[in-house]
Amino acid sequence: MTMALDRRSFLSVSALAGGGFCLGWGGAAAAAASDGQLNAWVKIGADNSITIFASNPEIGQGVRTSMPMLVAEELDVDWAQVQVAPTLANAKIYGRQVAGGSMATTLQYEPLRRVGAAARALLVEAAARQWGVPAASLTTGSAMVRHPATGRSASYGSLAAAAAALPAPDLASVPLKSPAQFRIIGQRTPGVDNRAIATGQPLFGIDAVVPGMKHAAYHKSGVAGAAVASADLAAVKAMAGVRDAFVVPPGPDHAGGIAIIADTTWAAQRARSAIKASWSAGAGSFQSSDAWARLKAEAVAKGPTKPIAATGDVAAALAGAARRVRAEYAYPFLAHVPLEPMNCTARVAGGKVELWAPTQNPEPGRKAVAKALGVAEDDVIIHMMRCGGGFGRRLMNDYMVEAAVIARAAGTPVKLTWSREDDIAHDWLRPGGWQRLEAGLDAQGRVTAWDNHFISYGKGDEFARAAEMTPDDFPGGFLPNYRLAASILPLEHNTGWLRAPENNAFGFVTQGFIDELAHAAGADPVQFRRDFLGPSRIIGDPAKRGHYHTGRMRGVLDKAAQMAGWGRKLPPRTGLGVAFHFSHLGYFANVIEAQVAIDGSVKVVKIWVAGDVGRQIVNPSAAEAQVQGSVLDALGACQHQAISFAEGAIEQRNFGDYPLLRMDEAPPVEVAFVITDFPVTGLGEPAYPAVAPALANAIFQATGVRLRQLPLDTSLLRA
Amino acid sequence: MRLNVNGTLHEVAAEPDMPLLWALRDLIGLTGTKFGCGAAFCGACTVHLDGEPVRACQTPVSAIGTAKITTIEGLSASDTGRRLQAAWAALDVPQCGYCQAGQLMAAAALLDSTPAPSDADIDAAMSGNLCRCATYHRIRAAIHQAAAAKGTAA
Repeated sequence: MTMALDRRSFLSVSALAGGGFCLGWGGAAAAAASDGQLNAWVKIGADNSITIFASNPEIGQGVRTSMPMLVAEELDVDWAQVQVAPTLANAKIYGRQVAGGSMATTLQYEPLRRVGAAARALLVEAAARQWGVPAASLTTGSAMVRHPATGRSASYGSLAAAAAALPAPDLASVPLKSPAQFRIIGQRTPGVDNRAIATGQPLFGIDAVVPGMKHAAYHKSGVAGAAVASADLAAVKAMAGVRDAFVVPPGPDHAGGIAIIADTTWAAQRARSAIKASWSAGAGSFQSSDAWARLKAEAVAKGPTKPIAATGDVAAALAGAARRVRAEYAYPFLAHVPLEPMNCTARVAGGKVELWAPTQNPEPGRKAVAKALGVAEDDVIIHMMRCGGGFGRRLMNDYMVEAAVIARAAGTPVKLTWSREDDIAHDWLRPGGWQRLEAGLDAQGRVTAWDNHFISYGKGDEFARAAEMTPDDFPGGFLPNYRLAASILPLEHNTGWLRAPENNAFGFVTQGFIDELAHAAGADPVQFRRDFLGPSRIIGDPAKRGHYHTGRMRGVLDKAAQMAGWGRKLPPRTGLGVAFHFSHLGYFANVIEAQVAIDGSVKVVKIWVAGDVGRQIVNPSAAEAQVQGSVLDALGACQHQAISFAEGAIEQRNFGDYPLLRMDEAPPVEVAFVITDFPVTGLGEPAYPAVAPALANAIFQATGVRLRQLPLDTSLLRA
Repeated sequence: MRLNVNGTLHEVAAEPDMPLLWALRDLIGLTGTKFGCGAAFCGACTVHLDGEPVRACQTPVSAIGTAKITTIEGLSASDTGRRLQAAWAALDVPQCGYCQAGQLMAAAALLDSTPAPSDADIDAAMSGNLCRCATYHRIRAAIHQAAAAKGTAA
């Protein structure tokens, strides 16, 4: 929700049938009052029921709990009194409904509190008028208004009808609680859906059931741009449980392929393996990891072709350096693999398209579906189902478009379910890349120059989505002599945003290389980082979102080092590694203790994480979970995961060759938040990037072997 | 074909090779059991056959016979199940929640055979159940809490 305060004039109050009231924006409340649609923020029933609407996609980050907590706090009700209800996707009413960029808390921390405060102000005003006393003489709590001077009290529900007749208060000036008055914000609050999850209730996209629906599988080539050349579907159509099979032409937002409509998911999947089809050579046919290795070698020989940033005189500074350090870092393509495979249920009828979609980003899906089916965007209705993980994959809505196109062609409601193999083959990958770095140190061990030949993927001179580096990427702005220039290798496969996009790779590179510089300078890795950050100040434009506060980073660096007992004596082949990274407005540092066995296998003993996301943690339980989850996500990826290509397509197929971290590999992760007087920001992503480098740095401390490529190759660590 | 699911007999028109997962989800309408990989890598589809944890995606309905099937929807029928569900909610285990049905079914089978498991017991029993959100610390803690609650009203 980018509910800017200049929209306050649209705040509306509506009476509910039965004496309640509804508070919303832009006609939302009126709609809720008139036809029961779920599209207002707060609903108070005459029976004192308190309903708070959660408008953001839930992917496991806990927004269905934490966002309503913000409203409930200022509404001044008990959390136990609150029921949370979902909304449809509707940007006109709710603004930004996206699970991406770790932005929900950042954007909604204050506006949603103002929604709750405005509702409370209406109820207080209604009581003041009823009792003929000044509003300022009234107090609230537990969904009651009280007049301490006379002992009178009234429930919110009994006041709701009168409150609904009052003009909406001015959102910008409605008073908010001071943090010392918080009773809900800052409390460990279990997720509102925990019980439903633990009893197997249908919550997820894949659980959607629509009367008369059939099940669909969709068979596509793994090679980008390959189209169906020929398909013999007669045998497939004759299989038990199969209702239809047909070729789907490609569109701007979906790939072409062969759809199978069947009575069950199983029948559709089984029939699919019987399809005999040939494919045209797609634009992606050239893709292979071997071909890119050759192209990368050519790019190294040729040098960068795309300048990105240049400050000072890097060549002169390197020439004059007391010590020069060179290294090449590399990281692979990664897939998102949320545990719930892509799926969407679609019904096309009466000129309308209704979708039950586990999506992180419904509005682009709405546009793409409207375009693909030639209907108005307002005729696309999107039920945002709970997502069985997102990690950025469901920011892209290709499966939504496919379901709509297939349902229309089939003439019946359809649930499209991808297999795990589909999910990997058609992931929007985290782009791989290389960074060839050279830095100069002066006689005192200070970094004077940093040169980066960055090699990644794209088309022509343009980086692929989520592949690019910008002048603001660390350490841009930190050094007097800094140069960043790139080469771009050709890529046709889709790429996209994976948790802490770009940063999830760049953190590994910069924090590994800084460790090398510390070693070259003979300095302690923590102290070297403190010196690199320098005095507390802002790097970059303070008016821009991405500016970097060195003092905040110093704070989490020192905290993580203190938590881990930095400098303590360690057993043989055991090391402590440190790293920090700033992304998504969050400052994170972590220390990892790792033990390396004689056979090279690595045991992560413990991880200590310190984060700074401003002055308030909204829900400490979910916050801790997001940090631990991000850290273990990164730990699994840096040890196990890589996507490779052969003959145009991805080679990995399932969790057998693309493994996730398992419970017996999950070390303790101790989390501390450093509270600073800065705006409250999000936690879905920023703890991720500093994990891989801290592990590589710990391995170096343990063994003296510097690993510069992901996933970490432990065969290099044998004693 | 008849399947005994959570104490109820269901007549299902399933072909013999249909995995139990899809009979449960698409024919019987119990969607709590989840599809994650279709290849026994992830454990999201874990159910009990006569109390033993199995991967429903790898269990053809023809192999079940009269065995009693317990799914997440039937977990509350047992004291072990109720203790686990209470601990899961109280310790705020789920993030996205998609794997948790399988985690709970694996944990219930563990507690039924090992009422007071060690961390090593838990790791051994649970490492076949993947959690993409990595809620592993809280899963471990919740199993300990549920074990400790044995004998108390759950």
